[in-house]
Amino acid sequence: MHRIGVDVGGTNTDAVVMVGRHILAAVKVPTSSDVTAGLMQALREVQKQAAILPNDVSLVVIGTTHFTNAVVERRHLSETAVVRLCLPAAQCLAPMVDWPADLRATIGDHVFLASGGVEFDGTPIAPFDPAQISRIGAVIRERGIKAIAVTGVFAPVKDQYERAAAALLAAACPEASITLSSSIGQLGLLERESATILNSALLQLARRTVASLREGVAQCGITCPVFLSQNDGTLMDAAQAERFPVLTFASGPTNSMRGAAFLSGQSEAIVIDVGGTTSDVGLLHKGFPRQAGSTVDIGGVRTNFRMPDVFSIGLGGGSIAVDESSVPRVGPQSVGFELTRRSRVFGGDVITATDLAVAAGRANIGDASRVRDLDVNFVRRCWEVIDRRLAAAADRSRVSPAPIPVIAVGGGSILMPKTLGGLEVIRPEHFAVANAIGAAIAQTSGEVDRIYSLENLSREAALAEAEAEARQKAVAAGALPESILVTEREDIPLSYLRGNATRVRVKVIGDMGL
Amino acid sequence: MRYLTEADIEALAIGAAILGTGGGGNPYIGKLRCLQEMRRGKPVALIGLDELADDAFVMPIGGIGAPVVGIEKLEEGNEGLRALRALEDFCGRKVTGLISAEIGGGNAMEPIITAAAAGIPVVDGDGMGRAFPEMQMTTFSIYGHRSTPAAISDDRGNVVLFQHAVTEQWFERLARSAVVTMGGTAIGAEAPMQGSYVRRAAVPGTVTQAIRLGNLVRKANREHSNAIALICAAEQGVHLMDAKIVELKRHLRGGFAVGEIALEGIDAHAGSRAQVVFQNEFLSFERDGATEVSVPDLIVILDVDTGHAITTEVLRYGQRVAVLALPCHELLRTPEALAVVGPQAFGLDGVVFRPLARAAG
Repeated sequence: MHRIGVDVGGTNTDAVVMVGRHILAAVKVPTSSDVTAGLMQALREVQKQAAILPNDVSLVVIGTTHFTNAVVERRHLSETAVVRLCLPAAQCLAPMVDWPADLRATIGDHVFLASGGVEFDGTPIAPFDPAQISRIGAVIRERGIKAIAVTGVFAPVKDQYERAAAALLAAACPEASITLSSSIGQLGLLERESATILNSALLQLARRTVASLREGVAQCGITCPVFLSQNDGTLMDAAQAERFPVLTFASGPTNSMRGAAFLSGQSEAIVIDVGGTTSDVGLLHKGFPRQAGSTVDIGGVRTNFRMPDVFSIGLGGGSIAVDESSVPRVGPQSVGFELTRRSRVFGGDVITATDLAVAAGRANIGDASRVRDLDVNFVRRCWEVIDRRLAAAADRSRVSPAPIPVIAVGGGSILMPKTLGGLEVIRPEHFAVANAIGAAIAQTSGEVDRIYSLENLSREAALAEAEAEARQKAVAAGALPESILVTEREDIPLSYLRGNATRVRVKVIGDMGL
Repeated sequence: MRYLTEADIEALAIGAAILGTGGGGNPYIGKLRCLQEMRRGKPVALIGLDELADDAFVMPIGGIGAPVVGIEKLEEGNEGLRALRALEDFCGRKVTGLISAEIGGGNAMEPIITAAAAGIPVVDGDGMGRAFPEMQMTTFSIYGHRSTPAAISDDRGNVVLFQHAVTEQWFERLARSAVVTMGGTAIGAEAPMQGSYVRRAAVPGTVTQAIRLGNLVRKANREHSNAIALICAAEQGVHLMDAKIVELKRHLRGGFAVGEIALEGIDAHAGSRAQVVFQNEFLSFERDGATEVSVPDLIVILDVDTGHAITTEVLRYGQRVAVLALPCHELLRTPEALAVVGPQAFGLDGVVFRPLARAAG
């Protein structure tokens, strides 16, 4: 029962082999432009290092930033037809109204409004009109559009008309791929619709990419199921990932934080992932990253995904140190991926944070003799600056005065002192491949977000009903029922509505039955 | 008189959220609609109270209902215009300007959207200088204006005219129940006021004030300077504390979201503890057992790093916030006003309103 976790990053592809809680092997190879070659190299090397055969592997989980990068770089996005079920309501702002113009142009101007939305209690705003949807479907087919995004008002409350519309559109456009907003996000029409459109626009790329990933795994002779890690640190199978690429948008920071939790054995902690140019700082609660409270921007588009509340500071292993006044400056300028060429200890002439670590005896890499001439006072003052910035970042993410540890992961974590503002710093073994470990240990989840009327239902009964449904969803996604834990359970009373309307959100997670 | 620009609207959205003191709904959707109107070539003029003729006919207009419904079921688009025309028909007279009843939050935007459609100006003032949870809590009502006749319109095109309500509370009750039937949101237009009355009873200059606040925050974000200090200096306010939310209790009372926030000081305020009570908006700030600020003065909670407003709906445990107090306008501090918007009106028994001194500017 060996699990392989892979992190396909922009620069490196990392892979680890795990059995239970043990890490048997960990490798780092350069990412290839076609994804497959780098993946295969990582899989082969890590299997060799762990001395296992393809048949020993029971699960492969892959984390990738591929789809986020596609949106940010406006590459590989399909023209997409946008159908909003809302009439007569919600005509005041068109879909994509708040998008950057270049991204909107990439998606194209194929917007259709129709009836089929519902009120907050699920009653139709206006009768659903099948003929109207079929007419829209005919236009979409005529224009040759192969991706469709369907968003109904209050579809998270009742998705009946989104599903009915999808069936009619599929009949009219047999070749089109359709995404429904109810399968993507929560309340907030514009944000959910935007995420739905991005998802549709990514479907073609998702099919290609997932096929490459599957092929890479298969060519290594591995026949077990392949999963991708999602925004919330749980996983989805490859078929699901083909349909919902947007759900991988934040998997990078999530995997790094989950990996840090696992490696350190801590569930309440601050995680600092120190890279070459920046450090990402976030908080673990119950072993999962704390979620951001409001909207998250992806490539200039507002979405309401739940994503880790992670912020970056401009300090990493490649940060350039400048002695310009009484207080030296370290970062945000960085030599980035050129660290192993331009920094002093690697033969270059730029003083980087890594050189400072070697000069101060915190790290032992490269040629230490090349930093012996650095002024002791300058090095000490630089460390005061670095430690102060790291301590401020750690403090910013704290939610209580309780002395929780700081876990340092990522290649640049040699920068981290032994304590930070009075908090213990843990630098676990395998800190450089925390992302791949986060992928390997991914769990599965179920979530319900709905408005209940508490007129004839107690608050507790509504929460219990939502929880039971969330558990069912998790089991359907592969969770072992006995391993399921409730991670979020909240009710938010809605003002100004009769019948004590309350929004209930429950999320559960469980271990995969593999 | 001047025309509002797109930059004004961007700033207004930020400033209106700050004046929302935790409530009033998110101005984001309204901002997008205002920008859309301007890009369609429909400019909106902003006129000061002192520019109003005695016989100007100024109508308050705004959204009524649950903000959470408003972010999901967006408006059809002509709700405001329908309500305006219905009331004009009933009064037999053209409205010459629109005014917000509530500058705090999303309702800062509604008059601008309808004004763009109708081609009439917006008045630089409002009925609260902030946000309050109920429609009768306006200086318009407090100083004797009656909201009826009023009209509300929904996304389907329904228009309901309230010819007469015996009290302002009755109008609030009747309108609310119609709005719930309409699906939780509607646009409401209330009885137009004479220019002479608006000059006397409206909180003056609040559109400009919100734009000014928004510009301060944008400037601070651009220059990485401290928005909190800029706001306090410009608005004669007090920076009460920087704090973390260490406890958050929410419950429902009569359809309103009420609760308490426990705060623990950070940075320069480390070691002190405080509590904020809210009912849609922040109502009171209490430190070491003593109430330091209460309604109608403004208690503003901002993101400590960005200076952007945090509404009661997105409050969460562990957030780092700056708590500010801004003095309300004198129109809200008279005995008549305090009876409607003072601490007792919100059930804060035992709390005596002590007007916040205007900090030296």
